[in-house]
Amino acid sequence: MRAKHGLLPPVGRKARRRVLAYVILVTLSIPFAFPLIWALATSLQTVDEVFSGSLIQAPGDPQWENYREIFEYLPLGRFLFNTVCIVSLVIAGEVLTAPLVAYAFARLRFPFRNTLFVVMLSTLMLPPIITTIPAYIFYSKLGWVDTWIPLILPGWLGGGAFNIFILRQFFLTVPRDLEDAAKMDGCSNFGTYFRIFLPLAFPAIATIGVLSFVNHWNNFEGPLIYLSTLDTFPIALGINMFKDAYSAIAPHYLMAASVVSLAPLLLLFLAIQRVFVEGIILSGIKG
Amino acid sequence: MRRLVEHYNRRDVLDAFLFISPWLLSFLLLTLGPLLFSLYLSFCHWDGGSLDRLNWVGLANYKRLLFEDHRVRVSLYNTAYYSLISVPVGVVLALLLAMALNQNVKGIIFFRTIFYLPKVVGGPATVVLWAWLFNPAFGPLNTFLGMIGVPAEWRPGWLNSEVWSKPALIIMSLWSIGGSMLIYLAGLQNVPRQLYEAAEIDGAGEVGKFFSVTVPMMTPTIFFNLVISIIGSMQVFAQAYLMTNRTLGDPNESTLFYMIYLFRKAFEDWEMGYACAMAWLLFGIILGLTLLVLESTPFWVHYEGEKK
Repeated sequence: MRAKHGLLPPVGRKARRRVLAYVILVTLSIPFAFPLIWALATSLQTVDEVFSGSLIQAPGDPQWENYREIFEYLPLGRFLFNTVCIVSLVIAGEVLTAPLVAYAFARLRFPFRNTLFVVMLSTLMLPPIITTIPAYIFYSKLGWVDTWIPLILPGWLGGGAFNIFILRQFFLTVPRDLEDAAKMDGCSNFGTYFRIFLPLAFPAIATIGVLSFVNHWNNFEGPLIYLSTLDTFPIALGINMFKDAYSAIAPHYLMAASVVSLAPLLLLFLAIQRVFVEGIILSGIKG
Repeated sequence: MRRLVEHYNRRDVLDAFLFISPWLLSFLLLTLGPLLFSLYLSFCHWDGGSLDRLNWVGLANYKRLLFEDHRVRVSLYNTAYYSLISVPVGVVLALLLAMALNQNVKGIIFFRTIFYLPKVVGGPATVVLWAWLFNPAFGPLNTFLGMIGVPAEWRPGWLNSEVWSKPALIIMSLWSIGGSMLIYLAGLQNVPRQLYEAAEIDGAGEVGKFFSVTVPMMTPTIFFNLVISIIGSMQVFAQAYLMTNRTLGDPNESTLFYMIYLFRKAFEDWEMGYACAMAWLLFGIILGLTLLVLESTPFWVHYEGEKK
């Protein structure tokens, strides 16, 4: 296939491969980008434009009031406020307790350490629903159903095996010398943790916090099971109500609500893309 | 022998248990306790109310589950259909994107953002969005099919059609493969250049290099991703719940997935014992599938530094 008759410059394998790569990337980026762009366009249209039957069209006269109106029709502000409360309370618990547990597994010697660690990892294999049903009964006997406690409490109890595992892997890489020096100066385990390990782990903890933010913002199953009073709903449940009420007649409102509820994630992602990318790779590469 | 006489520092041990106490508490109260209770409940009839109404029924739940309840069979079929298509297609598509991104292309950050963004924002809000994309009469998907000349009567009814409802959910699941793509991309970037150079010296072409270097070096990453994807797809829930009519599995139970049916049994019909038995069957299936993939690894997964 090498160019035989020097009219055209020889097209190398690398160049051809790159052209193919561009073809794949450009072609596939259209269906990947379309839904969000379409939602944004639709959210600014009038009802006639929505049902005009065109593939996608820029709103003739952007209906910004769609966004104001959905806040009037549904307690969207309340939903957003609830979501922010739940998510920040969970994350606060996770970033406080997960590094504590991870530090002990990485750096302290105690009986059954390895056994407990393996037990912890194996809980990742369990389908959550197995423990959800008894946990629901447990919470309901305590009168905590229809409160945020079942959604928040697990965060304050170690924040899940996955976060602990990631942080433990991080703590394992901290050089021993640092720790020895601190101990030499008479630091207790708590002192070493707070003065040496915690500050070093700050980027790793931030990564976990960000991934956790996304997961809890989008969490649907938990609120669906535990919450039944409208005033306590996070946006994930609220949008579901919205769908039932408006899907057939007012998709432009539905899309506006959808854009409102995913905008915080979108902005966060665009602001700190690096943290996301590193976090997802960190979570996927350890096998 | 050293292990037998290992001495622990008392101070360290006390501190350590203090440090891990949050997790230990969660393990006992939110994992181990519920696990045992769930196992016990799976042999009982109970509506979750007063304990007086809790009756031991032996294997009745499991018998009903395996032999009598046709909805379990329907939901297992639907789940298997969804898994068997969405997982392999997702792996191939994610790998393809990662390999294209790995060609030293310009604008890599731009493309990476486009493919990864749906994974970040993808939650209930985007499911609602997709339900509209699939709208048979006004949705852009069918409008597009009309534009390329598909006659109206051939355009799928998507979520209104028994045949097309599962493919619709699968298509939506492919929209969020950006996470796997990033993981594959990182894996590809970790393949040592020398291996490709060595293969080139041996006279390998593009295809040869792909199969003799890329694929073997990537198998551990693919393997890990495969296990995670299978476990996830077996538990498909929120998408189906939000897109179709809650737990009915409309139309005609074509989207009645296993978790949807389990949720209905537990939190709508309040058959706690039966739902627990269903949860244990799900665990068994997931464990079985994971072991199957694990057993198959010697045939296709290549670990660096492993003796042949």
